[in-house]
Amino acid sequence: MKVCIVGCGAVGSLFAANLAQLDDVEVWAYDLAQEHVDAINRDGLRLSGAGDVVGRLRATSDAAELPACDFGIVATKAMHTEAAIAATAQAFADRGRVATVQNGIGNEEVLARHVERVIRGTTFPAGKVVEPGHVQWDVKGDTTLGPFEPSPAPMDEIQRLADACTRGGMPTHAVADARGPQWRKVIFNAATNPVGALTRLSHGRVCERPELRRVVSALVDEGKAVAAAQGIELDADPEELIDHAARPEVAYDHKASMLQDIEARRLTEIDYLNGGIVGFGGQHGVPTPLNAAIWALVKGLEASWTM
Amino acid sequence: MCVVGGGSIGSLYAAHIGTVSEALVLTRRQEHADALNREGLRVSGRHDFMARVTAAVDPGELPEPDLVIVATKSTELESAAAALEGHFPAATVMTVQNGLGAEAIVRARGSWPLISAVTFMSGTRHSDTHVEYILDTETWVGPYEETPYERVEEVAALLAASGLEVEALPDLLPAQWSKLIFNATVNGVAALTGLRHDAHFAAEAELWDLGRLVHGLIDEGKRVAAANGVELHDDPWEMNVLATQRGSAHSPSMLEDVEAGRPTEVELINGSLVRAAERSRVEAPLQNAVYRLVQARESSYR
Repeated sequence: MKVCIVGCGAVGSLFAANLAQLDDVEVWAYDLAQEHVDAINRDGLRLSGAGDVVGRLRATSDAAELPACDFGIVATKAMHTEAAIAATAQAFADRGRVATVQNGIGNEEVLARHVERVIRGTTFPAGKVVEPGHVQWDVKGDTTLGPFEPSPAPMDEIQRLADACTRGGMPTHAVADARGPQWRKVIFNAATNPVGALTRLSHGRVCERPELRRVVSALVDEGKAVAAAQGIELDADPEELIDHAARPEVAYDHKASMLQDIEARRLTEIDYLNGGIVGFGGQHGVPTPLNAAIWALVKGLEASWTM
Repeated sequence: MCVVGGGSIGSLYAAHIGTVSEALVLTRRQEHADALNREGLRVSGRHDFMARVTAAVDPGELPEPDLVIVATKSTELESAAAALEGHFPAATVMTVQNGLGAEAIVRARGSWPLISAVTFMSGTRHSDTHVEYILDTETWVGPYEETPYERVEEVAALLAASGLEVEALPDLLPAQWSKLIFNATVNGVAALTGLRHDAHFAAEAELWDLGRLVHGLIDEGKRVAAANGVELHDDPWEMNVLATQRGSAHSPSMLEDVEAGRPTEVELINGSLVRAAERSRVEAPLQNAVYRLVQARESSYR
């Protein structure tokens, strides 16, 4: 089968390089960073850290070069979904199924405007691009895939993709309702990432300030209420994930990716985290004043760089 | 008249009053006092003049004043009040700190008649002896506890004669609360976003527009004021909108503090408001979040 990774940054590279280990999978990667694309085509895509892998695959920054693919895995930053899928949609026009493993909520809706069969997804592994063609694999973790309800991919096809990912080294579950893990992750991210970004504190230092930790819990509670109003059952309590991550041996010193973004003055994914919770809350009549506040503060922070 | 604190606000008071009366300045640093004694104080901007002042770091070295204006930042108020203890028994003491509770901190150090004040003027301190007068807006003064209103009016008359904008009010609480709500909101949001007080603070069209948060923060503050029986002097939302329309955007002090890695006035401003909300059992989750975020931001560089 042919799989195209759309957006071959850190997370996209983890899927691309691992899937490329399989003889029965032909991997393509679409990415706009030309140096990265050239390095992958020349030397392969190298992962180091949690796993040491070199994947041989074809990379391109020109969507017209992509063959017709059985599956897409979209891994761009959430604000680039629209442009990325608009450019690559022709590769999935013939029965192609497209999964998202991006952060936040609302990505499936964007994909569904361009392709017919959409797979909802959430992934926990993480890493960072250290140089063109080389990604540091920081954290291993599970991926969950399931049909996106309004334009679902068939379950047996989702299972096929999940099996390939698992065989390649990225443990992946195919489930009928993937919203639970997705909302657990988005609630976790929306309650912790922007707080780290606004205060400049690591995850552990945020959590050891009791009054600030209560603000984090209040953000979690709003997210839980929005999930509950949609009939989503979280697969675990985001609070447990927050406390677990605060432990010294887990991620006490971890700087949230959004904090790294604002330190580098890159646009953040806030619209798809707190903005997504506010948007879905509005659709279901659930008030989310604190998530709206955090959304506005981070948007303000982004605006301050352009002043 | 003696000004305690040679920051921008203290320098503006001292220089202006120095044009109509003897002006004393109590500074924290000896070099600062020496420079003021040697060069005087220069004001530029809205007004342009030089004033002679007498400065010292020890109140014992200064002649006895009738009026003391404590114009330090609230973060330095405790030590300034301690330095005054036992001095100037015949003086009236006026506090102009942001937030709530400055009078009580001074009261703990002596039995001077106290005058409450809030000021909306602003300046930029270019050196120990040069301050630029940026906003020539008013200082509001009112009695604290049993201070006779006539004394407040005398002080207002002195400030007016020196060329400053001033208004005497029989009850300052409504004005203090207007400014408290305005400051907690605008300073907190500016410190967290890095934005100067510009049009973003009044924009409410989109769901994520900052003006919606600013409005929500101000509404919470107004509910706290109402629960404390305070009828506001000015509507803080109108103050906010007006200030964002003033052309050049003001850089709130809490933003400057955060950018310079200095302690902020978050405790006397946002902390006062949040504690008042808790005492009066008014829900203020947005003000609380801003307070906790700024505290945490401050801890990141300490």
